[in-house]
Amino acid sequence: MPEGIKDKVAIIGMGCTKFGELWDKSAEDLMVEAFQEALEDAGIEKKDIQAAWQGNQFTEVNIGHSALPLATTLKLPFIPVTRVENLCASGTEAIRGACYAVASGACDIALALGVEKVKDLGFGGLPRANEDIVSLGTRGRVIFPSWVNPNPGMFAMMAIRYFKRYGLSIEEGKKTLAKISVKSHHNGALNPKAHLRREITVEDVLNAPMIAMPLGLFDSCGVSDGAAAAILVRADIAESFRPDPVYIKALQVAADSGESLMYTGYDYTHVETTYRAAIKAYQEAGIENPRQEISMMEVHDCFSITELVTYEDLMISPRGKAKDDIDAGFFELDGKIPCQPDGGLKCFGHPIGASGLRMVYEMYKQLQGKAGPRQIKNPTLGLTHNLGGQPPQSVCSICIVGN
Amino acid sequence: MVGISACGAYIPRYRLNRKAISNALGWLSSASLPGEKAVANFDEDSLTMAAAAAINSLKGFNRAKVGGVYFATTTAAYRERETAAIIATSLDLRQNIRTADFSDSLKSGTVALLSACDSVKARSADNILLCGADCRLGKPGSAQEITFGDGAAAFILSNKGVIAGLEGSYSITCDFPDFRRAEHDKFVRTIENRFVREEGYAKFIPEAISGLMKKYGLEAKDFARVAFPCLDARQYSTICKNLGFQPNQIQQPLIGSIGETGAASPLILLIAMLEEAKPGDNLLVASYGNGAEALFFKVTDEITKVKDRRWLKKYLDRRAELDIYEKYLVFRNLLPVDTGYDEETAKTELPLTWRERRTILALYGSRCKHCGTPQYPPQRICVNPDCGAVDEKEDYCFSDKRAVLFSYTADHTASSVNPPLIYGMIDFDGGGRFVFELTDCEPDAIDIDMRVEMSLRRKYSDEPRGIHGYFWKAIPIIE
Repeated sequence: MPEGIKDKVAIIGMGCTKFGELWDKSAEDLMVEAFQEALEDAGIEKKDIQAAWQGNQFTEVNIGHSALPLATTLKLPFIPVTRVENLCASGTEAIRGACYAVASGACDIALALGVEKVKDLGFGGLPRANEDIVSLGTRGRVIFPSWVNPNPGMFAMMAIRYFKRYGLSIEEGKKTLAKISVKSHHNGALNPKAHLRREITVEDVLNAPMIAMPLGLFDSCGVSDGAAAAILVRADIAESFRPDPVYIKALQVAADSGESLMYTGYDYTHVETTYRAAIKAYQEAGIENPRQEISMMEVHDCFSITELVTYEDLMISPRGKAKDDIDAGFFELDGKIPCQPDGGLKCFGHPIGASGLRMVYEMYKQLQGKAGPRQIKNPTLGLTHNLGGQPPQSVCSICIVGN
Repeated sequence: MVGISACGAYIPRYRLNRKAISNALGWLSSASLPGEKAVANFDEDSLTMAAAAAINSLKGFNRAKVGGVYFATTTAAYRERETAAIIATSLDLRQNIRTADFSDSLKSGTVALLSACDSVKARSADNILLCGADCRLGKPGSAQEITFGDGAAAFILSNKGVIAGLEGSYSITCDFPDFRRAEHDKFVRTIENRFVREEGYAKFIPEAISGLMKKYGLEAKDFARVAFPCLDARQYSTICKNLGFQPNQIQQPLIGSIGETGAASPLILLIAMLEEAKPGDNLLVASYGNGAEALFFKVTDEITKVKDRRWLKKYLDRRAELDIYEKYLVFRNLLPVDTGYDEETAKTELPLTWRERRTILALYGSRCKHCGTPQYPPQRICVNPDCGAVDEKEDYCFSDKRAVLFSYTADHTASSVNPPLIYGMIDFDGGGRFVFELTDCEPDAIDIDMRVEMSLRRKYSDEPRGIHGYFWKAIPIIE
């Protein structure tokens, strides 16, 4: 049984740009802004950074391969830089690189930065799966459905199956999902850095145009530009930088084995990678009863259904019972475990490479008492859940931070 | 005796009522006809329809025994790249067979059929799979557009288990300038209809049929049924009457229900006749195009052994209204439309399509010899989490397996000219699961546990590079 990462690494500075359709900002602008905020927050100088990890999915859109774009934009002084990518889980993957480097003693201070500049595409949505950006792997478009993007439909199929399994009609299911989006919009409205900042109602969600049956426009996160950064150090030197560092309690990743896509054992009503990563993360963090011990969460709400099954996959809600917790307000900002206090992917936005870092940014600020109108009372443990790909072929990263 | 030992047909699901055409274009053109025409779906073409008919004809036949494939059409997908070879690959036939495309004439269906019988007679092959299909285009507003329909038929020609033996034929060849298409023509060109009817149709059909009768010493009364393409309903009955046929011998043309199906037309008509035929019947069928060919078959006792002869009927019964004329234009790529995207197309990795041709075109996966789990695509490491055996796989064909819909969605963001794009997780009978597009069905008629079967379709066209991608989609089972 490996020892794990608990309390070996701390975050001493973080930065996050505003997310949105940032027509006036280049990828370089976003990197610089996130980085400068993190540096100031940490109270260190650039020359103190000894290694860097860049998280980014769509290199083709004006960022480029390797982490050279990061190094040359920030003028990092000939240090090791690595670009990492795990689809939407790239942000947490950047943290992972920096975290393990610091924990291993390979360096004392490391930078993790995630950035995405998808609004340079020139059309709505993400780069096309059936066009020059071949993101579907071997065979890809030759045998897979003619997706422009596989995500809406593949998550939609999970909703169809979930509703059927737990006896929800399409209408009942959609209403439950709608409450999730309404909750996130309420929180996003309180967040000056969020892309979308308006309250919505359940009716708005139900009446929105259909994206992939049964998911509609307001069940889906949008596409945004943005960047976020974190500066990590070994835990034993953290307090020399600030009195309130945030410690990494767990950092676990689980990737699908291929069974779920090609074997009939998968029930398509949950995400196995989330569940497996959660088990390992709770073990690493020494958490025995997550429903009692987790104070707050940022989960990967690319779609409302993703958030719903994640409540169950994280073993917060019992299987099939997430609806009861949603109806009871368990995940509201004033609930037992506030979920998406910063508005989530849905409202803060989803610049893919940055999202995992943005999630930790919110947990970090909450733990330091700096979340303003969104402040949760006395949080101790925050969980981030960052999911790349789609069921049944996904990779999930879970990071648990605390004070 | 050489002849037909099996047959299969395929008519696409959509029907365009000719009123919809005149509603759209009546202000421009007075061309009209009663009834409706069969219109191939956006993901169908002559290749896919022929493959579907071929699969129907091969039911219960050991595919390893197919000796050759002849394909007839005037609307091949490629000018250079053999369709028969693609069909043979999709059916997973042996590599060491003869294949050929017969094209460029409306009579190529019967030309290919006669050649197939010649090949069997000459012992060049034990049997030949003959399939014919057409997906012809008439210019919007033209009588051709109104008349043409899409469809396919297939026969196994052999000397074993023959249900209808080829007794004789008579061919005439005329470079008659009625229908033509040059290198870059999309639409069939024609000339004055009266000229075509009176100098061509009304002369060549009778010459071929009476030539056949004279050659074999037969008269009209010796035949149970006669059929040939119907370019003109009145001319059709006049020709039959003048040849001495009684009304009860004349096969009902299909122009009113599916339209005139080009090279496939005489083949489809022959199947229509076979559906009702009795042992001992002589069936006379003729093709028309650059002359004409008349063939006659004698039905044998073997036909009584055929359990289900609804070869064509089940497709005539399967229909859905294509209620909007503009949809037809878009399906056939005649109307440039804004799909909302950049319309760039990813490169097709051709070496991959060759290496994985059985996986892609024949829908071959693998079955783990260790635990027996079928899996698609083929896996060297078994997908069964309790197994994980390495390199213990055997070939496993999924194209003929029925399946059940495990989950599905209707995706409005996906790339389709017939939105929404419907796809689902398909669980195959016997094992195996994968995600496939669905087609020939409406979103509100789909639910979990729906039964489906697989159908070869044109999945995409890489237009900038002249490559068509064929792959399998799931369709509701056609009973």
